[in-house]
Amino acid sequence: MTVKRRPLLKKTLLHLGLLPFLIFAVFPFYHMTLTSLKTDRELYDRHAVPLVIKHGATLDHYKKLIMETGFLTWTKNSLLVTTLATTVSVFIGTIAAYALARLKFFGVGPFGTGIFVTYLVPTSLLFLPLAQVVHWLGLADSKWALVVTYPTFLVPFTTWLLMGYFRTVPKEVEECAMVDGATRVQALLRIVLPIAIPGLVCAVLFAFTLSWNEFIYALTFTSSSEEITASVGVTSELIRGDIYFWGGLMAGAVLASVPIVLLYVFFLDYYVSGLTAGAVK
Amino acid sequence: MAVNSVRVAAEPVRSAPGVWALLDRERFLGPAFVTPAMLLILLLVAYPFCMALYFAMSNAFIGRPSQFVGLRNFVSLWDADSFRQTFQNAFVFTGIAVAFKLVMGMVLALLLNETLWFKRMIRGMVLLPWVIPTALSTLGWWWMFNSLYSVVNWTGIALGVMDPPGPNWLGQKYYAMAAVITVNVWRGLPFFAITILAGLVAIPKELYEAAEADGAGPVARFWNVTLPLLKPVMAIVILFSTIFTFSDFNIVYVLTHGGPINSTHLFATLARQIGLESGQIGQGAAISLYLFPVLVFVVWVQLRFVRKQAY
Repeated sequence: MTVKRRPLLKKTLLHLGLLPFLIFAVFPFYHMTLTSLKTDRELYDRHAVPLVIKHGATLDHYKKLIMETGFLTWTKNSLLVTTLATTVSVFIGTIAAYALARLKFFGVGPFGTGIFVTYLVPTSLLFLPLAQVVHWLGLADSKWALVVTYPTFLVPFTTWLLMGYFRTVPKEVEECAMVDGATRVQALLRIVLPIAIPGLVCAVLFAFTLSWNEFIYALTFTSSSEEITASVGVTSELIRGDIYFWGGLMAGAVLASVPIVLLYVFFLDYYVSGLTAGAVK
Repeated sequence: MAVNSVRVAAEPVRSAPGVWALLDRERFLGPAFVTPAMLLILLLVAYPFCMALYFAMSNAFIGRPSQFVGLRNFVSLWDADSFRQTFQNAFVFTGIAVAFKLVMGMVLALLLNETLWFKRMIRGMVLLPWVIPTALSTLGWWWMFNSLYSVVNWTGIALGVMDPPGPNWLGQKYYAMAAVITVNVWRGLPFFAITILAGLVAIPKELYEAAEADGAGPVARFWNVTLPLLKPVMAIVILFSTIFTFSDFNIVYVLTHGGPINSTHLFATLARQIGLESGQIGQGAAISLYLFPVLVFVVWVQLRFVRKQAY
């Protein structure tokens, strides 16, 4: 009896040990969602229990958010910028990663180091001069400024990530195809890329997430309500003069996170592998 | 190897003339493939960096011609209380946040490494803070630290840990710094935990069996087997996190805007305030560039020690 019970007890204790971490990780989202669903009366009742909804849930804050603010425009901007920046960056990153992982040519070493260094440059280091460059390009206060600048952090990241994946594809597979008369580009398209599909999925997911979540460039390069992205719109336009804006603000924060959460739920394992690949490889 | 693959690749060249034939040679294909990435980095990273250097050494002001002033900006910043405070904040913030993330991340990774019920769901929950846009989740924390309706204080009072009404988190110096650090730890913990977990999984089981056979208890096994073998992974995680914590912008900008009285400003948020909001681009660029030595140090350590080991 005791022998049987011991492992179960240990396992239960283990899960109890995890509980504080899980609450810490998830509680802010729980509380945001809860706030967005409460009626204003309950929300600003200082004697109410803040951890539950007692007087009925309401979608009023969401309705107002969609009907009365620019939320849909901001989300559309985010989708456009994210999709374009991701596509361009994954393409540029794929060919650069293939060259770095497989080809021997003049300057390959320094270029690899350059990519790695750029990967570590934080966006907050260069946003001031980049704002000037964006201005010269005639893209001040335009979402296209973001399409142009996001690849600066997406390309080094995807290149670094994909280099690791390309290295795992055996060289012999590719060489066989070339002996059979395929050119190198054909071998890349038909042999290497299909094998590296998990890596490509990972690169797309991370590029999408990084650009959807980007904040400082979007905040600096765009400002008018027609051009801003979802994160900037929610943080700058939903905070009103009076103090009773919290329901709408939380609704905006929750709704603008939905696309990423959906991706995340379906591709959890890719996120786990990509997160470690970025640092460990 | 190089000679071999060139010879193999050269075979079909005769039958496929023109651009494609040229592209089939590594000497041409390689540069062709890296050109887009290289142009991007030159135009939008290297060039802006040179501009940052130039701005920082000029008295540039939005909408006014600028003059070269040498290193005066870097030096005169030290006369301003706001900058000295920011400099101190950056080290306090980074030091405490990275230490907490490392210790908590290690504990969490050790827990996650055991066989668990609902393994996937637990991992999903742990990783969630890292996936959601930081600016948006920080809004949630802002609400949790609200001076009137703080759920943190409500819980603290309900549990009897705090005296009502509880601290005014974002309005008092040290509490504001504690709040900013908490959110940074919350957001960065998944990266530490999941990466250290990957390191743990890679440690061969035989080593633990051998240590156990030699009579080592769980604590001894952790100190003598786990920790030494995790060192490279931990080094990388700490280095990465140091850069990104030091240069953090989103959390401070949304939660406190640097206040109260500059007590939570970091280089990035102060650079924005001075460079854009008050228009002194020169000063702002100089503040941003104070991030650069940290970047150089981390890159140097990575290239010198960590990457060497990996290859």
